Amino acid sequence: MFQYEAPEGARMIQVWINGKEWQVPEGLTMIQAMWYTGHEVIHGIGCLGGVCGACAAVYRMPGNFRLFNALACQTLVKEGMAFSLIASYPTQRAHYDIEQIPDAKEGLFTLYPESATCRNCNACTEVCPQGIDVRTSVWQAAFGDFKGVAETTMSCVMCGLCVSRCIAEMAPHEIALYARRAYASRELAFPENLRHRMDSVSSGTYDEELERLSRLTPEQLKLECGVK
Amino acid sequence: MTVEKSLPINPYENLPAFDSTEPAAYSATEREDLLRRYYPDYRPDRKTTLHVGANAGDVLPDEIASILESRSLLASKGLPAVPSAPDIEVDLLVIGGGGAGIMASVFAMEAGARVLLATKLRIGDSNTVMAEGGIQVALGEDDSPVQHFKDAYRGGHFTGDPELLSVLVREGPDVISWLVKKGVLFDRDPSGNLSLRKGGGTSRPRLISAKDYTGLEIVRVLKEDLLNSAVNIWEFSPAVELLQGPEGSCAGAILRDVDNGSLKWVKANAVLLATGGTGRLHIGDFATSNHFGATGDGLVMAYRMGAKLLNMESFQYHPTGVIYPSEMAGMLITEAVRGAGARMFNRNGKRFVQELETRDVVASAIIRECEEGRGVRTPSGHHGVYLDLTAIDREMGEGTVERRFPNIVKLMGKHQVDCTKQPILVYPTLHYQNGGIASDTSGHTRVQGLYVAGEASGGVHGKNRLMGNSLLEVFVYGRRVGQEAAREALDRKPFSWHEVNLGHVERFQKDLEKEFPGTSRPEAPILFPDYRKHSHPDHA
Repeated sequence: MFQYEAPEGARMIQVWINGKEWQVPEGLTMIQAMWYTGHEVIHGIGCLGGVCGACAAVYRMPGNFRLFNALACQTLVKEGMAFSLIASYPTQRAHYDIEQIPDAKEGLFTLYPESATCRNCNACTEVCPQGIDVRTSVWQAAFGDFKGVAETTMSCVMCGLCVSRCIAEMAPHEIALYARRAYASRELAFPENLRHRMDSVSSGTYDEELERLSRLTPEQLKLECGVK
Repeated sequence: MTVEKSLPINPYENLPAFDSTEPAAYSATEREDLLRRYYPDYRPDRKTTLHVGANAGDVLPDEIASILESRSLLASKGLPAVPSAPDIEVDLLVIGGGGAGIMASVFAMEAGARVLLATKLRIGDSNTVMAEGGIQVALGEDDSPVQHFKDAYRGGHFTGDPELLSVLVREGPDVISWLVKKGVLFDRDPSGNLSLRKGGGTSRPRLISAKDYTGLEIVRVLKEDLLNSAVNIWEFSPAVELLQGPEGSCAGAILRDVDNGSLKWVKANAVLLATGGTGRLHIGDFATSNHFGATGDGLVMAYRMGAKLLNMESFQYHPTGVIYPSEMAGMLITEAVRGAGARMFNRNGKRFVQELETRDVVASAIIRECEEGRGVRTPSGHHGVYLDLTAIDREMGEGTVERRFPNIVKLMGKHQVDCTKQPILVYPTLHYQNGGIASDTSGHTRVQGLYVAGEASGGVHGKNRLMGNSLLEVFVYGRRVGQEAAREALDRKPFSWHEVNLGHVERFQKDLEKEFPGTSRPEAPILFPDYRKHSHPDHA
């Protein structure tokens, strides 16, 4: 069966997985290194494509006091790396209906009152495996610049690592989600081309033709649809 | 410690000069010939004829036949006795937490049903979240749902189900409107309209998107509303078997808690399979773009219960999966890059196919180049071709790639490939299950009480899907089938837990023993692929 492979002749390197030492070939991702050493990974794995946020990880490198973060499905192991998966980080999440909130800007402070308490430490930005300027997004949200939040945070995979480091104990990824939704649903005008097409559909403009096509024999239908 | 550096062959050394001369368009005959010779679906190797079940006689890929003609996961110690009472009783059980499962659950709950959504990993862990390029919806002035229908039917090589397609294109705009109101941030043009882009095989620009994070953006929004809703959610709880009720109907399912192995018996008036695709079966040893859980569990369980499958020989091998660096094998580079002007070159620097042919034709052309020695060899011994995004910036202005495809730039960058300057090495990757469980426009399967929506279903796309139609299908049919299943579940004649059994599984096992006497069949659903190098048999 298909296997993820290290390049031919890859050298073996030393890594620590959840505190235990292993030898693995260079050129594997953290998740692949876990498979290579026989770990079964179920919590902490999702799309394997860097977008679902299931595989948040922390790691340290020898001789460096810094704590690094990464998505384990996208990050290559390096000599001396010590890493652990943070498969889930507990987070508070507001309950709301985006279409019913009376004032979208005020809504932020009702749902997430802590969003105005950023102490500017910037740890959230430093921890983000997607390289998002999280601190800026928190301030953009607090100042009501939801469009700005949307632009700053579009690549957020909701891994929650920012929550793990926030000294004001907020959940920046949830705040950003609210701000993006409020911007898309409440601030942007409903798209005209979509409204126009919905009107034509609901007034039955296409029904007759679609029904006619559905009733054709396969040969007739092929003739009608054959040319671009 | 001595540090020794191994220097594997770098496919980026000695890049050929790229000649941008456009290759000639294929005639219909050339296209057909190319598909017959190179597309995995049409090749005779690695195929099995089914002997057991509703599709006996069908010739399918070995890996699909193997999970269909399989023993129950629960059979090794004899099938378990039905307990005196179920662990939970609901109107509708939705199996699968991707786009279709989320939509179905939300709308079934709104229709008044008590809903349990059970999923193998977390809510949202699915192929939906990975969708990059966009959703097809006919919004252009010179476009219409009729034109959309024609493109999709032609794109499916005239094998799609016209009725299913007709519903898809008609309900598309309305479901997109629902997403917009929920706060899904689709890209807009300067006048505030939804931006429309062109996908392969279509006659009009019709793709709406959220940069190259379309699936992620939608799932983030819907997941929040689902978690806040009254839908009961059990994560890390895959279904391992359906339950049979009166007259061969579906009456619930058995779930397995992956953390402690315990079985949970669910009594349900209706069961909706939204279990997605099969990429992790690695058909033909192809790499896959699919999420970790894409193992076709719904197909296995439905087949045992007598459901009919449609076009199960047909898969979409997306032409442009990453083949180097090898740790990224299978990861998708969206077709939208070719829509924007990216070009493909073989080892000699020649273009070899028009880049916006349908996916199956482009994939076949890449396989042909590699099999005929015009592919580029990678350090782990595979072959691919160059996908060059730099033409996009040259034609549409510096920075276009970075702006339109930030995710690709970011992911490739993590592996030391700057795709705004260097080509990406690609080879087809197993991407989408074109066929699936046969159903009508309300998601009914042949089994009473059993419904299907999303990639697990077959029929809409026929034998080839166009980009952006599956994401539309997930939302249109997720909603529609969720509502229909809820209505019928609430109206279903009550039945007793004493009428619930595993008779269909026993019957299927007997049929297997008759066809394969004395041989041990594989167990399925397999739930998770196993990539472990040193796995202990007791762990499996």
